[in-house]
Amino acid sequence: MIVEVLAGKTESFHELIRPHERSVYLMALSLLHNEAEAEDAAQEAFIKAYRNLNRFRSESRFSTWLIAIVLNEARARLRRKQPALTDSIDDTTEGSVTPAQLTDWREIPSETLERQEIRTLIRRALTALPLAYREVFVLREIEERNVQETAEILGITIASVKMRLHRARMMLQKQLAPQLAGAIPARRRRFPWF
Amino acid sequence: MVLNCRHVWDYISGYLDNTLDAQTRADVEKHLAHCEICSAVLDSTRNILILTADDRVFELPLGYSERLHARLTQAMLEAPPLNE
Repeated sequence: MIVEVLAGKTESFHELIRPHERSVYLMALSLLHNEAEAEDAAQEAFIKAYRNLNRFRSESRFSTWLIAIVLNEARARLRRKQPALTDSIDDTTEGSVTPAQLTDWREIPSETLERQEIRTLIRRALTALPLAYREVFVLREIEERNVQETAEILGITIASVKMRLHRARMMLQKQLAPQLAGAIPARRRRFPWF
Repeated sequence: MVLNCRHVWDYISGYLDNTLDAQTRADVEKHLAHCEICSAVLDSTRNILILTADDRVFELPLGYSERLHARLTQAMLEAPPLNE
């Protein structure tokens, strides 16, 4: 399809990007936190991809290339809003995140996501992650990219991807475990059909 | 090797991703077998990861796809893709 677009059959680009619409938008949203701006950034990213399609190299996956474009677009917008923004994180220093220490955990089923307040709790916790951790978390857990791809997209080492992902997970557990346990009492989790 | 809770917390991601070596994994499991707190940390982390990855957490805005393709059509009319 890429060859078709470059040969002048530009309408094929619409079909080419359809499978990637959601992931490009989510990447923008996870950085920008604003639906309208994320949508605009996603549109810009697809237009840039279209205009620069000849630069795409088939050694990498098209989806990886698209995600890198939207990531740059969203980062540029963030920097315009917050010029002092930095995502420098020291991945080498010790500094474990201490998780929330509960004595037991009753599983919270996915059906609870039907409740707006639960979705809001999760979105807020993700938003609260430092940018460098959030990028890795979204790529690995939400976009389901592997460690190698995530490192490639972000231009960091595999060791940094693993470290940031671990810290992001622990930060989310620390914030969300008590909140979710409080929002959904164990009795209801154990007998969700009552 | 006998692990304390802090060690186990450092290994939670490796344990979930199944990237620990066999000996470390066995040490972590030995600790988990008798530590309620670390078992709860592991279970809650696993549970939270499932919930966060669910499509319902982030929904696409209504009409997103239509607006995207309309803007793309406009951009295509303005300029073809670069060719070298």
